[in-house]
Amino acid sequence: MNKILRREQLNESVVRIEVEAPRIAAKAKAGQFVILRAEERGERIPLTIAGAGGGAIQLIFQVVGGATMSLAQLGEGDRICDLVGPLGMPTPIEGLKRVAVVGGGVGCAIALPVARALCEQGAEVVSIVGFRSRDLIILEREFKEVSAKFYLMTDDGSAGERGNVCVPLARLLAAGEQFDAVITIGPLVMMKFVAETTRPYGVHTVASMNPIMIDGTGMCGCCRVTVGGEMKFACVDGPDFDAHLIDFDETIARAKTYAAFEKEARERHCNLYKIKGEHRA
Amino acid sequence: MTESRHTMSAQDPSERIKNFREVMCGYDEETAVSEAKRCLRCKARPCMEGCPVGVEIPAFLGLIAERKFEEAYEVIHRTNALPAVCGRVCPQERQCEGKCVRGKLGAPVAIGALERFAADYHMAHSAVPAVKTAAGRRVAVVGSGPAGLSCAGELARRGYSVTVFEALHLAGGVLVYGIPEFRLPKPIVLREIAELEAQGVEFVTDTVVGKTVTVEELFGDGYEAVFLGTGAGLPKFMQIPGENARGVFSANEYLTRINLMKAYEEDAETPVFRAKHVIVVGGGNVAMDAARCARRLGAEVTVVYRRTEEELPARKEEVLHAKEEGIAFRFLLGPKEVLTENNEVRGLLCTEMQLGEPDASGRRRPIPTGNTVSLEADCIIPALGTSPNPLLARTTAGLVFGPHGEIAADETGKTDLEGVYAGGDAVTGSATVILAMGAGRAAARAIDGYLKNK
Repeated sequence: MNKILRREQLNESVVRIEVEAPRIAAKAKAGQFVILRAEERGERIPLTIAGAGGGAIQLIFQVVGGATMSLAQLGEGDRICDLVGPLGMPTPIEGLKRVAVVGGGVGCAIALPVARALCEQGAEVVSIVGFRSRDLIILEREFKEVSAKFYLMTDDGSAGERGNVCVPLARLLAAGEQFDAVITIGPLVMMKFVAETTRPYGVHTVASMNPIMIDGTGMCGCCRVTVGGEMKFACVDGPDFDAHLIDFDETIARAKTYAAFEKEARERHCNLYKIKGEHRA
Repeated sequence: MTESRHTMSAQDPSERIKNFREVMCGYDEETAVSEAKRCLRCKARPCMEGCPVGVEIPAFLGLIAERKFEEAYEVIHRTNALPAVCGRVCPQERQCEGKCVRGKLGAPVAIGALERFAADYHMAHSAVPAVKTAAGRRVAVVGSGPAGLSCAGELARRGYSVTVFEALHLAGGVLVYGIPEFRLPKPIVLREIAELEAQGVEFVTDTVVGKTVTVEELFGDGYEAVFLGTGAGLPKFMQIPGENARGVFSANEYLTRINLMKAYEEDAETPVFRAKHVIVVGGGNVAMDAARCARRLGAEVTVVYRRTEEELPARKEEVLHAKEEGIAFRFLLGPKEVLTENNEVRGLLCTEMQLGEPDASGRRRPIPTGNTVSLEADCIIPALGTSPNPLLARTTAGLVFGPHGEIAADETGKTDLEGVYAGGDAVTGSATVILAMGAGRAAARAIDGYLKNK
């Protein structure tokens, strides 16, 4: 179990791995996540399941801190120390017929399985994906395969249309396009603005939250999110919530709790791997 | 008549607030023998009534007095799956020692310290036994905390083949994620688990029953009965403004980072918030653990409790140790608002309380006076207990739950679902290690009865 079967670098900092995990693969639904520890002393981190089948799950992650750096160091044939799931509630897609899926950056890795599940149930999917620049684009082909319409945005205009994901979304809504739901997954600030874009139209909007977690089973309360004035735990009640009810500003502030520590861990790991690399060479 | 109760040596407070090593040093052989001789061997054995797992206390004390230390351990282990743990964390003053006749005219026999002595002696003088594979009828135990371990031990003793499923990456439940190293060193928990493996108990980690596998699927996999010892679930918060600010952590989160993830170690991969002044809200063992951990991480610590010192539910020794370590206590204060600036904690606004009539728990109810006090802090840790985890409720059809989400079970642990038993905090809400162990053991006996008649 937990063996990495395939590893692929999607862009300079985003990696896709396929991990042998028959128990999780048999149960996983779009929107659910796993918690893993790459190595014995590693941190527990949540990663959304990007795909499942044939006794394996796919994980797509961006290298941002110590834990994802250790994970990125593992190659094909290596084993992930601990892997538990599938956790959280699946994204509520039942009965949806026409949906806009709005993904940003590495969040697209999580948006894709939702778009695919919608496509498989016969829904018409309009995908809007955004990246900082051309080099960072991931999963473009896969999105096109499951989407009736596909909009690609980059901040610098180096590919697709220049601007953020709210631009085409606002245009479609203003033109009177009807959606049963808008599902958004990406950076918190992006999801906040997607929610503001759809709010005047009263379109049901769902955001997938990815807060700090430890156990992933509701025990620590570290992933709490205020939704409609109520405290919700993303790990057991979510990770998807009504985007019009989420207190994004509070969540954005909470996400910075360990920012200083993460920066330090990143530097420590960079140095460590540099030393390891030198030894190897 | 032999002398007064023997005290146990401890790490000096000024030293121990700089490390996470065990505070209490244990008895040496001579002290243990001498303390055991203080037992009056009374016929009525009131101490045993006070023990939720029915340890034969006078018998093991007698064996220690005769220097038969290993035999003393055997006696304890017959009814208690985790002697080294209980000797350290049981609230003896409310159980065995609280009933000891000697206590009426002086200090009771130090039963907890002697239990610990026997268990430590055993660990020091015997090798870790080899893992055994059991071949009996199969029973699944969900959760590897005190309830699950106790249930598994008793079932294994009765010849069953037991598999324990644990959601986290390490077995032990609250013994590894909750109770700190300085009160219960983790090698001891590992060793107790190794003893269970030697009895044929199998441990499967990284498995969330209700998610990875359902209770129904466990029966499909050939388990003939299931014990649910899933423990306390979701932490309770204060329900006051500001409590989602940066710097407010549930005691569960704070302790899990420190104990399970070893965030206190220099090169730890898991972060923990390094605060200057921590306020812990609550008065139980978990509150004391959080306060003492924060102290060891270099913070000034204040415990805020809405009743008085007399009503503190924590073990006496923990309160004493906390005070020795320089932790301040502010009684008759209830949290009203977390004071924040830019979403960061700056303090806690509290309402002054006075005690009114006794409530349902028999303790005098705190009543707000209307006066407020504001305390400075950059970190606030509510330690207010937990409510049961909803995961099983959502995926186990037929299982009945109480009004607060607790699993409904009778005193033997039997639930409304055939072959499914439950015990510990999942049934009672936040309680103690030993009560959970008592419930686990009772359920094991009930499961034995059920399977014999099936």
